[in-house]
Amino acid sequence: MDFMVFQYPMISVQACLDGILLGILFALIAYGMALQWGVMNIINIAQGDLVILGGYIAYFMYLYGIHPAWGVIVSPIIMYFVGIAIYKLVINKVVDRDLFISILATFGISILFMQLMNFAFGADVVLANSDYGTTMLFNSNVVLPNSKIFSAFISILFAICLVIYMKKSRLGRAIRATAQNARAAKILGVDTEKVYAATFGINAALCGVAGALISITFTIHPYMGLPYTIRSFMIVIVAGLGNLPGVAMSGMGLGVFEEFADYILGTEFRIGSVFLLLVLILVYRRFKLSRKREYLK
Amino acid sequence: MKIKKIIISFISAAIILLSTSVVSFAKVVGDKIILGAAISLTGKYSSNGVHTQNGYNMAVDRINSMGGVKVGGKTYKFDIIYYDDESNPKRAAQLAERLISQDGVEFMLGPYSSGLTKAIAPVTEKYGVPMVEANGASRSLFTKGYKYLFAVLAPANLYLDVAIDLAVEKNNGKPVTVAMAFEQDAFSQDVRLGVLDAIKRTGSKKVIDDKLPKELNDMAATLVKVKQMKPDVLVVSGHTKGALTAIRQISEMKVDVPMLAMTHCDAAKLSKQHGKNSQYALCASQWHKTLTYKDNFFKDGMTYDADFTKEFGYAPPYQAAESSAALLVFKDAFERANSFDQKKVRDALAATNMQTFYGNIKFAEGGQNVDKPMVLFQVMCDDGGKCENKVVAPTKWASAKLIHPIPSWSKR
Repeated sequence: MDFMVFQYPMISVQACLDGILLGILFALIAYGMALQWGVMNIINIAQGDLVILGGYIAYFMYLYGIHPAWGVIVSPIIMYFVGIAIYKLVINKVVDRDLFISILATFGISILFMQLMNFAFGADVVLANSDYGTTMLFNSNVVLPNSKIFSAFISILFAICLVIYMKKSRLGRAIRATAQNARAAKILGVDTEKVYAATFGINAALCGVAGALISITFTIHPYMGLPYTIRSFMIVIVAGLGNLPGVAMSGMGLGVFEEFADYILGTEFRIGSVFLLLVLILVYRRFKLSRKREYLK
Repeated sequence: MKIKKIIISFISAAIILLSTSVVSFAKVVGDKIILGAAISLTGKYSSNGVHTQNGYNMAVDRINSMGGVKVGGKTYKFDIIYYDDESNPKRAAQLAERLISQDGVEFMLGPYSSGLTKAIAPVTEKYGVPMVEANGASRSLFTKGYKYLFAVLAPANLYLDVAIDLAVEKNNGKPVTVAMAFEQDAFSQDVRLGVLDAIKRTGSKKVIDDKLPKELNDMAATLVKVKQMKPDVLVVSGHTKGALTAIRQISEMKVDVPMLAMTHCDAAKLSKQHGKNSQYALCASQWHKTLTYKDNFFKDGMTYDADFTKEFGYAPPYQAAESSAALLVFKDAFERANSFDQKKVRDALAATNMQTFYGNIKFAEGGQNVDKPMVLFQVMCDDGGKCENKVVAPTKWASAKLIHPIPSWSKR
């Protein structure tokens, strides 16, 4: 236990800001997960691996001399088609089945992606340099890498675009209708098959954006996907499906929680604390549900 | 009819099985000495696994083309059976078992990484198969009392204690404050123990002692603490991921620290991936091409570097160099033992005392090499942004002068 974070107020400010910027990025990945979970009732274990694949696209652009920030445009386009391909090959066969089967299927995809990425790109840890510099605040007591600010900004931008798209466009309306009641939507002439494919594609595209941002701010590696899946799963569990402000809030909350856990409990418990929080929240939810049930009786 | 078919297929299967086992059930076939190795050709260690394999192959070709191994007046050539352990300890142990009991291999070369060596060592020990390994540095490998394990490299606890000594020396012999961030794996924790020993020995003080989880790619919290506590030395060890993350975030967060010491800089291609941002970082290394050790096969480090680059198209990291050295050790031991008896070869290995291009090799009781110090190099860049690693410690091997303290970010 270390309470240094409370002794120096500037560290708390730093932790909060770091956490919020990080959390916004998590929220983007989680939003993709919430979307396809809500529409297709599929928990995508391969979410994190799609993120990493998106990161590699930005990394390869960087290798060929293109600024990796362009990855936030190129990566989602490529990832959209990757998402559609995964849907056509695997997901459409499990979409109406038991949740357990879809978890197994996406778990399989996750392992396959890890190995393929390792095979194709090698096992080295890589990153793309943006050379964005640093922002100093409060008499340079708080430092924020501009790459993190850039990531948060892009994440918000994409989230807003998506919300507008979902509200205004034809496909967006169809997606929402399918999420509410797939059968009814089908009867009313919505091509649900197409909606499912598009939803999975959009989710993969969001992962692509997040991956490109992660390659700019952190590092990427073929086996680094799982923590991102867990975090987005956790955010969705807290926020519920189809609740964008909730996803954003719980994303930022998780980011700040992680940072503080890092300072107080020690870095070794950073990821562990996320798992612990997940367990606590699930237990709490169950507890709340059981009380509600008693009331109904 | 059916029964006849089954009997025939049974017999032919048995014949095939017998014939293959007769051929392979020998450690020395004709004029070949067959060594076995399980290596990570796929999985998360695959890049270093390939360096290891290239190092082995390079040495096999060189020794074979320069006259081979002379035992009992006859000349033999080296040959290696490789299997892919998929970077998985369980698989590595299975493959070691298979190499020994099915392929009849009686001498083994090590895999890549401490973890996999740990998985294989009990197997080779059980069968009394001498293993010379070049890529497992964890201290725990050498405290288990293994009799058949020999490592050409210096153990992990010696990686960074040189850095603490160097910092104390630069501080006019006065103790220093040390911030530490180590990944939670066998290797990095061994490095940490070495640093702790050095801290105790010099009367220094540790001010931060963070353990990084395996999945971590964000060290911001540790670095904020470093900014606050202003230690004299920051020590980071977390494989390539740790090195890359540290440099990225230190440069982004403008963390000023007089000395920064790390491991795995060359494996992380630090100067290539980060360019000038990696400048002044001190890195522990088992080997550097400018060291002036010599042998008859590869001449010296510079020649090895040039030959390896010509053959494989990239400059050899130390993982390749130490792997090549392992075969030189085997050749030397076979010739001194003048026999293929496992016990005699084992005793000859234990009595090894030689110099290779990679360094002096002499094994302690536990099997670790005690005659080769670690070197520290510093990343130094010219004005054009081209960076090079230059050895700065120990002084005997130094090819450049240590830049200390590291200039602050505002002055770079």
